[in-house]
Amino acid sequence: MPEIRVTPLGAGQDVGRSCILVSISGKNVMLDCGMHMGYNDDRRFPDFSYITQSGRLTDFLDCVIISHFHLDHCGALPYFSEMVGYDGPIYMTHPTQAICPILLEDYRKIAVDKKGEANFFTSQMIKDCMKKVVAVHLHQTVQVDDELEIKAYYAGHVLGAAMFQIKVGSESVVYTGDYNMTPDRHLGAAWIDKCRPNLLITESTYATTIRDSKRCRERDFLKKVHETVERGGKVLIPVFALGRAQELCILLETFWERMNLKVPIYFSTGLTEKANHYYKLFITWTNQKIRKTFVQRNMFEFKHIKAFDRTFADNPGPMVVFATPGMLHAGQSLQIFRKWAGNEKNMVIMPGYCVQGTVGHKILSGQRKLEMEGRQVLEVKMQVEYMSFSAHADAKGIMQLVGQAEPESVLLVHGEAKKMEFLRQKIEQEFRVSCYMPANGETVTLPTSPSIPVGISLGLLKREMVQGLLPEAKKPRLLHGTLVMKDSSFRLVSSEQALKELGLAEHQLRFTCRVHLQDTRKEQETALRVYSHLKSTLKDHCVQHLPDGSVTVESILIQAAAHSEDPGTKVLLVSWTYQDEELGSFLTALLKNGLPQAPS
Amino acid sequence: MAAHLKKRVYEEFTKVVQQQQEEIATKKLRLTKPSKSAALHIDLCKATSPADALQYLLQFARKPVEAESVEGVVRILLEHYYKENDPSVRLKIASLLGLLSKTSGFSPDCIMDDAINILQNEKSHQVLAQLLDTLLAIGSKLPENQATQMRLVDVACKHLTDTSHGVRNKCLQLLGNLGSLEKSVTKDAEGLTARDVQKIIGDYFSDQDPRVRTAAIKAMLQLHERGLKLHQTIYNQACKLLSDDYEQVRSAAVQLIWVVSQLYPESIVPIPSSNEEIRLVDDAFGKICHMVSDGSWVVRVQAAKLLGSMEQVSSHFLEQTLDKKLMSDLRRKRTAHERAKELYSSGEFSSGRKWGDDAPKEEIDTGAVNLIESGACGAFVHGLEDEMYEVRIAAVEALCMLAQSSPSFAEKCLDFLVDMFNDEIEEVRLQSIHTMRKISNNITLREDQLDTVLAVLEDSSRDIREALHELLCCTNVSTKEGIHLALVELLKNLTKYPTDRDSIWKCLKFLGSRHPTLVLPLVPELLSTHPFFDTAEPDMDDPAYIAVLVLIFNAAKTCPTMPALFSDHTFRHYAYLRDSLSHLVPALRLPGRKLVSSTVSSNITPHEDPSQQFLQQSLDRVYSVQHLDPQGAQELLEFTIRDLQRLGELQSELAGVADFSATYLRCQLLLIKALQEKLWNVAAPLYLKQSDLASAAAKQIMEETYKMEFMYSGVENKQVVIIHHMRLQAKALQLIVTARTTRGVDPLFGMCEKFLQEVDFFQRCFIADLPHLQDSFVDKLLDLMPRLMASKPVEVIKILQTMLRQSTFLHLPLPEQIHKASATIIEPAGESDNPLRFTSGLVVALDVDATLEHVQDPQNSVKVQVLYPDGQAQMIHPKPADFRNPGPGRHRLITQVYLSHTAWTEPCQVEVRLLLAYNSGARIPKSPWIEGGEMSSHVENSIEGTIPFSKPVKVYIMPKPARR
Repeated sequence: MPEIRVTPLGAGQDVGRSCILVSISGKNVMLDCGMHMGYNDDRRFPDFSYITQSGRLTDFLDCVIISHFHLDHCGALPYFSEMVGYDGPIYMTHPTQAICPILLEDYRKIAVDKKGEANFFTSQMIKDCMKKVVAVHLHQTVQVDDELEIKAYYAGHVLGAAMFQIKVGSESVVYTGDYNMTPDRHLGAAWIDKCRPNLLITESTYATTIRDSKRCRERDFLKKVHETVERGGKVLIPVFALGRAQELCILLETFWERMNLKVPIYFSTGLTEKANHYYKLFITWTNQKIRKTFVQRNMFEFKHIKAFDRTFADNPGPMVVFATPGMLHAGQSLQIFRKWAGNEKNMVIMPGYCVQGTVGHKILSGQRKLEMEGRQVLEVKMQVEYMSFSAHADAKGIMQLVGQAEPESVLLVHGEAKKMEFLRQKIEQEFRVSCYMPANGETVTLPTSPSIPVGISLGLLKREMVQGLLPEAKKPRLLHGTLVMKDSSFRLVSSEQALKELGLAEHQLRFTCRVHLQDTRKEQETALRVYSHLKSTLKDHCVQHLPDGSVTVESILIQAAAHSEDPGTKVLLVSWTYQDEELGSFLTALLKNGLPQAPS
Repeated sequence: MAAHLKKRVYEEFTKVVQQQQEEIATKKLRLTKPSKSAALHIDLCKATSPADALQYLLQFARKPVEAESVEGVVRILLEHYYKENDPSVRLKIASLLGLLSKTSGFSPDCIMDDAINILQNEKSHQVLAQLLDTLLAIGSKLPENQATQMRLVDVACKHLTDTSHGVRNKCLQLLGNLGSLEKSVTKDAEGLTARDVQKIIGDYFSDQDPRVRTAAIKAMLQLHERGLKLHQTIYNQACKLLSDDYEQVRSAAVQLIWVVSQLYPESIVPIPSSNEEIRLVDDAFGKICHMVSDGSWVVRVQAAKLLGSMEQVSSHFLEQTLDKKLMSDLRRKRTAHERAKELYSSGEFSSGRKWGDDAPKEEIDTGAVNLIESGACGAFVHGLEDEMYEVRIAAVEALCMLAQSSPSFAEKCLDFLVDMFNDEIEEVRLQSIHTMRKISNNITLREDQLDTVLAVLEDSSRDIREALHELLCCTNVSTKEGIHLALVELLKNLTKYPTDRDSIWKCLKFLGSRHPTLVLPLVPELLSTHPFFDTAEPDMDDPAYIAVLVLIFNAAKTCPTMPALFSDHTFRHYAYLRDSLSHLVPALRLPGRKLVSSTVSSNITPHEDPSQQFLQQSLDRVYSVQHLDPQGAQELLEFTIRDLQRLGELQSELAGVADFSATYLRCQLLLIKALQEKLWNVAAPLYLKQSDLASAAAKQIMEETYKMEFMYSGVENKQVVIIHHMRLQAKALQLIVTARTTRGVDPLFGMCEKFLQEVDFFQRCFIADLPHLQDSFVDKLLDLMPRLMASKPVEVIKILQTMLRQSTFLHLPLPEQIHKASATIIEPAGESDNPLRFTSGLVVALDVDATLEHVQDPQNSVKVQVLYPDGQAQMIHPKPADFRNPGPGRHRLITQVYLSHTAWTEPCQVEVRLLLAYNSGARIPKSPWIEGGEMSSHVENSIEGTIPFSKPVKVYIMPKPARR
């Protein structure tokens, strides 16, 4: 029985460390290879020993697919390929391939240089790992080997994020990675065609949320920023370097352009500049507006946003500053925050979620006096705003994607178990497809019934079509022919041709059957009665009474003879060829019921 | 070379044809065109290879064929068709047959039999499809012939089982276009088996080819368009097609569902998987709403557009489209809109300062949440958030249409529209502002909404700002704070963009007159008056101060207590503004002053309106001019023209009519004057000088008639006849004058010929109106036409002269609505003393901003003219995108004119003005062949003449010599 097996090594009923093993028709594919933000020990990487205890992974995996450049989807890649050992192909889209090493390098620096970890992957390992990457285009079908093919679809979320269809023969799996069904200021919405996969593996971060329209949030954000700078205040927006930061930049940049504002906007430099460069390059991956207008001006060539220098923070007058990191726990954003916190004209806008214990979390929960290192107490007078910009699909969006792809079954990953449970019920209830939500290490087995293509000879097809081609060509039809299996290919040909090809002589196969009839009359009369009975019953067949006393119906022969022992019983000999099986068995059944009483 | 050869070929045929025709056509001289059929035949016979033949056919297709020779050409084509083995040539012939059968004046029933014949023997699928197309062309030329149509439908049905999708497509198209509408009638009449076309087409809804499925739906829609009532059973079939794999099928299916829902809105349909039932239109609405989140944007646009026209839908369903149940972690959440509303009603203002302000409230029952509603839930929420701006625009338009028909929905959709003001694409923003303006009668803006609306005033796009001003003109504001806010924001706008001055003043005028009671409590603050102290007198030239005054004075018009709050200088400023900006400042009933302007109360209906009566009377009087002696007639005309002009100045609503009639009378006056000239009595050569007056009169009449024809909107055909008639008279006059002043007869031949052609043209164009022109110049002229044709120029001129004198003055019927086209150039203002300096040989861009009133089709007719001091004139065609349409009858031209010249020693002024281009030839009907052909619209676009219709503006420029 063919089947698809799915085992999440990470992201099963959990967020972070995405890593899912799929085996489909004997091919093994690993989807994503991420790290977990929450751990600093062995648990931060997926447990690759599940795949094999000894030996190289290359022998067990056909390919690895990375959906996008976030570290919880690609963070373990150098460890996996260089330290554990994998030499096979790694597939990702072009923007992911470009940005991924920057983020990995950044991650490595923090882990090794700042936290002083040993036994971590090196810069060289990142480079070596990236050499194994094969970049794919959107909607490009890539043949991994003779049977396995993959295809990328646009997913929104971040630049270069993609959903992947993995296909072997007629069986297929779609893995969504992270995706967003509502467009934002720099990216479009995820889209997939009706590919009807056997299994759809989808993220479910917001399984129990239906979000408000994005416009209100944007408008609020712009209004707050605008009002503050008009008052002469300074605005601090702590961000992570990639993804949301670009969206907010575009948002502010266009607003400044539209409203003709002159207040300076700064962006703290660092890895952002490199990343921005790639945003400029991959215009085809952005949304309609940016794609349409880039001929006049590339929207990522910011006119109003300039690089930040730490001395600017003390400049008088209003300004807007984007600074990393996003949770105000260290670095430049915290420095600026300390400088500005005392003035009630200023404002800090937190555009995302903050982990407990960070300054960001404290001020969001309303704390107004912060203890800094060195027993200083910082009084926060500036306004604190919270603004959520998230790029995951909400419950409705997930349902919409499931509706678009029309899968046979759904598997949820990348979400919390409790929330998944709700969505699972909904999917089963509304689409009537089975839905799974395995935990890490748990295997889901999905039996499939693959269709087997059979070639048909043109002659046979035409012969059958002559008998009438109805408009409902999609309905199944009965067809006579011979199935020839040769070199693992299947062909349907007419029997004559099959005989010819195989060099066989045709054998006549006849069935004969005796039917006992209670009849005292002579054989000829019995035959005559049989004839008239059949004549009246089978109106549209050719029934003949031959001079030698036998009756024929088409090619079926019926002869009457006296029973050797009992003269009151006549034996009817019915004989038909294999081709007339249907009619023959019908006739025997008819004759077994006996003849109607003859008018005597 | 090729052209030369072609000419040679045609020359040869010219001879052939003339020989053939000579015996029959004796009197006609103009028959010089070669017979098309003969030429084609020879060409085709010469062709050695299929490629050659194809080339000949392609060449042949470029030229039109006259109706008379069509049949011959068709015969030759058919003959060749039978012989031809190459399918591509047969294909071209088939397509030519279709094209030829469309020729007007040719009845294609004679070629139908042949076409059906060749159809039966054809093997190639492509040619078959083309032949069916030809049959479609033939069939649609013969809409009355039932038998033909039945036959064609039969043919189509026979080929429906073809294996090629192209053939099936064409068959379905044929069925859709020709399928019989009432089957019972035809059955009796013809004895042919009438088929149930709907059933046949419906069967192909499940064809295996998506293109055929689409064609089937399109055919069904075509049947509907032709007036056949579709069966309700189609609805279920169409619903199934909504989940088709192909976007074009889904898109067509959405249309079909819409059509059925309009046909049977009140039918009841069951809801699957429950035993409830709902109205069909509601069900269809729900289904189309669902398509707003389709995978293909083409379908989404289609669905969003159609939603707008489903007005019968129940309000319950309608309001669902804006509803999206929010939840967060399985708990119910309120939308930002709901929160804003609550905050507003609780009296608290602005928010968002707390984290968790939007914290979710009550728990939701997991079983009750329906994630993909079958109904209309949130369709517009999705549509307005779509990634393609085409979808968003369609959704905004649909919102607009639905809100216009349902006030309660208008109130609800307000929040969403306001949100669209921040869209990233300008077109969408503009569209939503326009939409809001259109529904503004049904809504009152809350303060927080007004705040968002006003924020857009700072937009750098002028279109957006002006659209917003227009919107503010007609919005209702609920509180005095709202008015104050609006004023403050508008003044901010004024300081940021001073060019918006006029638009802002106008906006404040309406804002004031709509909300007098809300302005009243604000007056002391706005005028900064103090109960005890006199305050400084504000600067009268400050646009912001004028803006405030405009608001107050317009509010004071309906609020008599307001002037009591004014200080002395306010009254002085009022008097000044009333004079200088009279269109913005109304007449006020001020204490101790007389009301300056006359009070024409608006409740007088046009019939009783004395000025209307006066106009009518003076015109009636003029038409009796026939019975007066020439001297008296002239005087009467002069008086009346003067009266009419004055009336037009006084009564702006009658200005169009008065001007129009005055112009006509002036033409008549000129004609009479010209005919009174002494020169007619004297021998021609002696009075060369005096004839100047007559010829000048003729010229002027011509000009005036062109103005009458093209400068007024609302001119109907009956007026056009009279205008053309007047022009014809002028032409006759011109002819006579030239005849008298030129020596020799030779040039006269051509002129007479031309004039007679004009008469002929007049007759052809206005054949239907001739009975109304009894006793007129042209009436008499046509009576004498045969004689004129035959006689010599000198006689012709004599006849014309007498007729011109005898002809009566035609009554000009007044059109219902007539407006004179006018234009004002706002920018350049022509006041600047600083010359525009640029390097000679290079170009300088001059921004031109003008408003146009009552101009029809400005994209094609309005041109900009630049006159240089050296007399050089340059005409500029503005791009169609430079024209905006802010309101009915009004247009705005914002364009750039590029100037260039060689170096000057001193700055000098160039004149910029607007011209109205016209082309009287555009009224001639054209043959369909030319329309379909490649060489189409050049004739149409050519300009015959121009009328200047704006005051010229002087621009000071200085081209400097280039520095080396």
